Amino acid sequence: MAKVTIDGVEIEVPDGTTILNAARQIGGASVPPAMCYYSSLKGSGGKCRVCLVKVAQGSAKDPRPMPKLVASCSTNVMDGMVVQNLTSPEVLEARKGVVEFLLINHPLDCPVCDQAGECDLQNLAYEHGAAKTRYEEDRRTFEKIDIGDKIKLHMTRCILCYRCTMVADQLTEKRVHGVMNRGDASEISTYISKAVDNDFSGNMIDVCPVGALTDKTFRFKSRVWFTKPLDAHRNCTKCSGKVVLWMKDDEVLRVSARKDQYGEVKEFICNECRYDHKTLADWTVEGPRHIDRSSVIAQNHYEKIDLSTLKKEIDRQIEFQKGKPVPAPKTLAQ
Amino acid sequence: MGRQLLLEHIAEPGIETFAVYRKKGGYASVEKALKTMTPDQVTEEVKISGLRGRGGAGFPAGMKWSFLDRKSEKPRYLVCNADESEPGTFKDRYLMEKIPHLLIEGMITGSYALGAKTSYIYIRGEYMYIVGILEKAIDEAYANGFLGKNILGTDYSLDLYVHPGAGAYICGEETALLESLEGKRGNPRLKPPFPAVSGLYASPTVVNNVETIAAVVPIINNGGAEYAKIGIGKSTGTKLISASGHIKKPGVYEIELGVPVEEFIYSDQYCGGMLTNRPLKAVVAGGSSVPILPADLILKTAKGEKRLMTYESLSDGGFVSGSMLGSGGFIVMDDTTCIVRNLWSFARFYHHESCGQCSPCREGTGWMEKVLHRIEHGHGHMGDIDLLVDVAKKIEGNTICPLGDAAAWPVASAIRHFREEFEYHVKYPEKIKNPKHFAIEPFLSEKKLELVN
Repeated sequence: MAKVTIDGVEIEVPDGTTILNAARQIGGASVPPAMCYYSSLKGSGGKCRVCLVKVAQGSAKDPRPMPKLVASCSTNVMDGMVVQNLTSPEVLEARKGVVEFLLINHPLDCPVCDQAGECDLQNLAYEHGAAKTRYEEDRRTFEKIDIGDKIKLHMTRCILCYRCTMVADQLTEKRVHGVMNRGDASEISTYISKAVDNDFSGNMIDVCPVGALTDKTFRFKSRVWFTKPLDAHRNCTKCSGKVVLWMKDDEVLRVSARKDQYGEVKEFICNECRYDHKTLADWTVEGPRHIDRSSVIAQNHYEKIDLSTLKKEIDRQIEFQKGKPVPAPKTLAQ
Repeated sequence: MGRQLLLEHIAEPGIETFAVYRKKGGYASVEKALKTMTPDQVTEEVKISGLRGRGGAGFPAGMKWSFLDRKSEKPRYLVCNADESEPGTFKDRYLMEKIPHLLIEGMITGSYALGAKTSYIYIRGEYMYIVGILEKAIDEAYANGFLGKNILGTDYSLDLYVHPGAGAYICGEETALLESLEGKRGNPRLKPPFPAVSGLYASPTVVNNVETIAAVVPIINNGGAEYAKIGIGKSTGTKLISASGHIKKPGVYEIELGVPVEEFIYSDQYCGGMLTNRPLKAVVAGGSSVPILPADLILKTAKGEKRLMTYESLSDGGFVSGSMLGSGGFIVMDDTTCIVRNLWSFARFYHHESCGQCSPCREGTGWMEKVLHRIEHGHGHMGDIDLLVDVAKKIEGNTICPLGDAAAWPVASAIRHFREEFEYHVKYPEKIKNPKHFAIEPFLSEKKLELVN
């Protein structure tokens, strides 16, 4: 076991835990954001650099600070390590820089993008980005391509997190696509427009942190915040069958896997559940899905709430308005 | 001229053949090491010699060898990094082309020290013709019993392979090189684990530059202590410098570390002075990725001491008033050079060579290149200069591998030392329309103009 202090909060975690996962065990505001790390995909992480943190003290044995900021998703904790995330201005500055880098070649076409409202990049930019861009040049663009008949690849929006290539590598039987070219010309692609065709390929839509991979059966059907998410399940021989149905009135517009609070899917679903069962009769509905209040999808989305929790939240908001940093509550709804 | 340890016999006709090389005392280090020394003794000699990595970072080679995980049951590998692609550096090419057996001899001795049974020379794809030269030399070494099973009748066996890359600068980064050697896309790995623990095929691996491995030969022949006598302080031995730019005699020179920079530029033994006797403007001392220094700072340090060709002296003053010895790509510029154009050319290179794995480097290198293109072509504005400094600062240190740093340092240093020139480009776009604008009328800073008047 290793004792690690992140933003002043101490926690004991097993050896070999990454700083990011230790921070996630603490929860709250000290969790660094992550765009490329995905706990269930082996080898992910280290690429986007938004999870950079400062290690002010390497370990109890060797208390020297690390010379550079480190990627918290791929750096393991040491006993006695002291990590600064939000408490270090250096980290915030670097993170702002990374967000700016991610956005300079992003088309910022959120008004027409299907991912808007549930986009990790949007949330990240809202939290850490600048209001104005300093980039005056042309942005890189690519042609949209179909990978398979159900998935659209919009490479212009991609931030090259490599998650989808890992899905193809690890969840599906055959490696079907990867990264071609290099530098800012690199693109996710299949080998000569080959279709991605296997049972779990649809999961690359869910792991995509931006709108680069979208579900063709849902494209342009509705803004995501006009839909009502329902938890539902069915008996499926290929996967767990636990999904979220995105409803508009009685119509199932989209089926997706369930994401946790860090936007990660723990139980991947098969393509049959995702694409072929778009009638409510196929599913056993468990109830409305909890959506975090910070999300735009939560608007008009009523949930039963405890009054004392509500009071705490109002107090928190007042404190926040005064400019004091206040840790976010764990969950507001029941 | 100082002592020549690597290039001593370079002028000998036929030195690229085994027969001539052997007659000139070649492969003596292999005989000495295999017959009279244990692998640990060889490593110890390299440690005593104080040899520092010649690829750019200058990390002590003996130390790197001693980090190798010798307890592991996995096979160990020695990989030679011949992916020399830094603009301004061409010493490895010269060495491999002219005297290939020196590298192979170093590989055998080095592999013996590390206990490697298989070793690789990873060579950049653009050096395809050298692959042929090396393979011919390896065949000769096999035929004469210096490679293969039971070398020289001892129980040590070694196989040596040449593996050409596909032409990517990033594959000179050691972990990207290993990925490429394994047949994957040449993306640098996250460190730790370092190659000494988990390198090629997840086995303990040492990656060394061509010149570092070649330097093992004189170290074993003459002894580490003898080698350490050459040079100053922690910069021991000789170093190949690829001199290019506005000098009378560009080429590869072997210098004893500690030669004053002034002597190196102006002495007839080395560069032979400025090409058209114009004044020296700036020097990039160690390949395109190290900070550029103006004439006054390259000849003397900020403290007023004479600057020497050593790792320490060139980096004296940190990045504020110093640079690095790097890989030894010594680019000299006279006052007709436009620093902005030169920097744009470097930035274009890094933009083209970024692997695209991590975001600061992928996006930042392209951004810097575009802004520099704009300034150089007369479309810049004053804010661009600070923007460049800021972008460079945000790339530096935040990337997976040192390519981000290598792209950021030249930009930051050029603006630090030549800010007036950038401002001139922004203020007088009509004067820089001709691509050779400073060749027509050299740039004089306003400070200097005051001094002249």
